[in-house]
Amino acid sequence: MTPASPEQPWPVWEVFIQPAAGDPHEHAGSVHAVDAEHALQNARDTYARRNEGVSLWVVPAAAITASTPEDMGPFFDPANDKAYRHPQFYKVPKGVKVF
Amino acid sequence: MPPSPAVAEDPVRLAEFEARIAADGSIEPKDWMPARYRSQLVRMMSQHAHSEVVGMLPEGNWITRAPSLRRKMILLAKVQDEGGHGLYIYCGTETLGVDRHDLVQQLLDGKAKYSSIFNYPTLTWADIGAIGWLVDGAAIVNQTMLAKASYGPYARAMVRICKEENFHKRQGYEIMTTLARGTPAQQAMAQESLNRWWWPSLMMFGPHDADSPNSDELKRWGIKRKSNDELRQRFVNLTIAQVKAIGLTVPDPDLAYDEATGDWKTGPIDWDEFWRVVKGDGLCNKERLDARRAAHAEGAWVREAAVAHAARRAAGD
Repeated sequence: MTPASPEQPWPVWEVFIQPAAGDPHEHAGSVHAVDAEHALQNARDTYARRNEGVSLWVVPAAAITASTPEDMGPFFDPANDKAYRHPQFYKVPKGVKVF
Repeated sequence: MPPSPAVAEDPVRLAEFEARIAADGSIEPKDWMPARYRSQLVRMMSQHAHSEVVGMLPEGNWITRAPSLRRKMILLAKVQDEGGHGLYIYCGTETLGVDRHDLVQQLLDGKAKYSSIFNYPTLTWADIGAIGWLVDGAAIVNQTMLAKASYGPYARAMVRICKEENFHKRQGYEIMTTLARGTPAQQAMAQESLNRWWWPSLMMFGPHDADSPNSDELKRWGIKRKSNDELRQRFVNLTIAQVKAIGLTVPDPDLAYDEATGDWKTGPIDWDEFWRVVKGDGLCNKERLDARRAAHAEGAWVREAAVAHAARRAAGD
């Protein structure tokens, strides 16, 4: 990950922040850094100047594999025809007020 | 304005894209977008990022001369925020396929634009108040709109920035309030500063709608949701009450309240001055670029040390 010279662009790291204990980590943005430790420090200075989080993840941007917008239809299609996965699919007898 | 690069867009995709924006949809980095949407965003976002970075300079001028430790800590934090804002927006711009390194180089080479407001000098301590109150206040009006921009990474950066700008505006107004309630000399300092910053602050919103060639396209694509004149009017309406509350006056003999619209109408803006500063002939254009280049050069050892340290760690030293 280390660049050859100081004047070359440093690798991009995506930053994820956990706002409070118990919350999931959310994407905050990205930083440039020479290595993981440096990325964590830059992420703290850039995205957590006001106690915005209790935990940070940094991930080399190049290591992320993402679905593409072109996939959007076919890739997520299998979920479309399975209405029985939702509770609204099922009828409850009228006499039952609280289920 | 130069003609837009002739890119023949796929009419079907363009129609889908515009329908999505019309339905208030959000565009994400991997989505198809017209080349012109991408280039307009790169232009606008990189200028915005450069403005945040250059914006550190007029205020940095007063860090060592802040009148108390409290003011000094506040100013340090504010200037650090501006650097952070630059980084948020550079990060957003990079999602469009450009590299921050190249954008920074364009700034250092004097090829990039940034907001002209930062080419005015900070002559007195009151100017730090005026910048926080008026310049950040104007920026909030603009950025609150941009927080609803159609491009997701830009809008998200703006949400983050708007949260922080409110502190900037409050601390500036507090400085002005303190001076305006102080000795006659302090009151005069506050008024003199307002006199210098008022018109340049109004110019921050850019040319009148009729003279703003990019506006129609930016609005159609949901990058801007309001026009320059609408935003400027909103800023004036918000600010006049704040001016009156601390007993100052704006340097505009034509200022008048319009009962029918509820708007404060200002006198004519000196667009000759605006274009002079945009084209490089402001009081501090050269000084700002020289300072930015010097800071970049003086930071070289930090970049070298970071790379050397990482290399040693990687080698297991």
